[in-house]
Amino acid sequence: MWETFTKAQARNIFYGGSLFFLLIFLALTAHSHWYMVSRSTDAAGLTDSVARGKRVWEKHACIDCHTILGEGAYFAPELGNVWIRYGGPEDPETARELLKAWMQSQPSGIEGRRQMPQFNLSDQELDDLVDFLAWVSRTNTQGWPPNKAG
Amino acid sequence: MKYETQKIAFWYFAVAMLLFALQMVFGVLSAYVYVAPNFLSETIPFNILRMVHTNALIVWLLLAFFGAAYFLVPEETEREIESPLLAYIQLAILVVGALGAVIGYFFGIHEGREFLEQPLWVKLGIVVAALIFLYNVSMTALKGRKTAVTTVLLLGLWGIAIFFLFALYNPVNLSVDKLYWWYVVHVWVEGVWELVMAAILAFLMLKLTGVDREVVDKWLYVIVALALASGLLGTGHHYYWIGAPGYWQWLGSVFSTLEILPFFAIVLFTFSMVWKGGRDHPNKAALLWSLGTAVMSFFGAGVWGFMHTLAPINYYSHGTQVTAAHGHLAFFGAYVSLNLAIITYAMPFLKRRAPYNQVLNMISFWLLNAGMAFMTFTLTFAGVVQTHLQRVQGQGYMDVQGELGVFYWMRLGAGVVVAIGALLFIYATFVPRRLELITPAGSLRQAAE
Repeated sequence: MWETFTKAQARNIFYGGSLFFLLIFLALTAHSHWYMVSRSTDAAGLTDSVARGKRVWEKHACIDCHTILGEGAYFAPELGNVWIRYGGPEDPETARELLKAWMQSQPSGIEGRRQMPQFNLSDQELDDLVDFLAWVSRTNTQGWPPNKAG
Repeated sequence: MKYETQKIAFWYFAVAMLLFALQMVFGVLSAYVYVAPNFLSETIPFNILRMVHTNALIVWLLLAFFGAAYFLVPEETEREIESPLLAYIQLAILVVGALGAVIGYFFGIHEGREFLEQPLWVKLGIVVAALIFLYNVSMTALKGRKTAVTTVLLLGLWGIAIFFLFALYNPVNLSVDKLYWWYVVHVWVEGVWELVMAAILAFLMLKLTGVDREVVDKWLYVIVALALASGLLGTGHHYYWIGAPGYWQWLGSVFSTLEILPFFAIVLFTFSMVWKGGRDHPNKAALLWSLGTAVMSFFGAGVWGFMHTLAPINYYSHGTQVTAAHGHLAFFGAYVSLNLAIITYAMPFLKRRAPYNQVLNMISFWLLNAGMAFMTFTLTFAGVVQTHLQRVQGQGYMDVQGELGVFYWMRLGAGVVVAIGALLFIYATFVPRRLELITPAGSLRQAAE
């Protein structure tokens, strides 16, 4: 069978197959994009402050220590659900104060413990970042992570 | 070296090896921070160390791909590269961009998406460099002999450039951001990079084994057909938990499981070519690296990828050290090894010498492979323990990390061995030496292409 299977046939399968799967992939991407902006994320709650919070998140490369929705570095805790871990849904005021106080108190300086840098965020930036993390926690992630530990 | 412009490859390989060394330094530093967390924490925090480690890797792999293209395209197309000047301008842009990015990182100048931390001006520089490259190599290919190797190589390199454009799109909705971020990250390493890899390996098999081109070409098309047929929809295994629809759990599980097939086909291809081929090529080290690429990419990308790709398993293992284990061995097995193979093959021609320092090179092969295998095992064990304690039992992240110290110490040890292997490789390929440590039985004196 390998003998009768020619190079031209292999080439045609490569071009035809790749194009076929690329088109399916693009179509499903379009559907997923629509699903994300209309179904799985809190589109109405995506405020300017959430958008600014995402910029704060990016400006300090948080993802090169933490993970968010499981993606990033694996050096520091998952933050996609940190709002829930801090009890945000039940008591948003306290969760916000705790998160802000945590970031302001870094680095801990404790010997033998991983250190988070002090990023000197303004009160506005801290609030924006918390808004962003709270917004992410409302994403429908198909039930991930398995528990609050993230 | 049959064509004068193949010389361009030397400078790409040289810069690539400098960045390889930089990547090793920052890898060892990061691994040390895992066991001594206060080290450098106030001067260069972990996020910057990791950024340099991963970015240096990506850029040196790309530089080596470009170098490989400049080396093999003249031989395949049977003509000189269209414009050597443009090739050097392209290299200069990439060097300035890489240096600018790394220096900037130390001053906190970076963007904030994983692997795409380069500032905008560097990203635009990469686009310009890619356009120059594609023009230069495509013109050479269009005017010269058409072969499957150049066609597949160019398709892969065009794909790299096209999908990189998604790096410029950063929507405010995090889920949408991730949806397209994977267009760069996944479609590169589990898609179009595999085309580049397969084309370079096919070239190496043609040269090292002397097997008929018709046979090699057929294998090449089968491998790349399997790669894209599985890899494009295989992107779905990154879409399980980021806010995408639930059907990705089925599609991603099925198609990413199939992603093991192109790597298995590469194992069958390389080993059967060596078995069939009658050529006793003097560059044994290049053959060792070629076969090493096939085997280690099969384990790193294929087996370690499959280990946590099924949605019900990934639900527990996602974003743990299991991912880190897979990431390290997949990049090493597939792309690092491939580039070290083509560099090992090309350097004697570029320096107009018989193959040299082969024994040292082969020692570096075993140091790198043994070190990477051990690192992968330690991270896998760490990841399994982490998955159980954190994801199944629900213990806090930092408490669990406290239990993993022994694995991180062993990973540091493995990392030091890998770094030594890398430096030895660079020494063996770039520093000339006449005498082999072990005299081979005659084959070195035979002429071969």
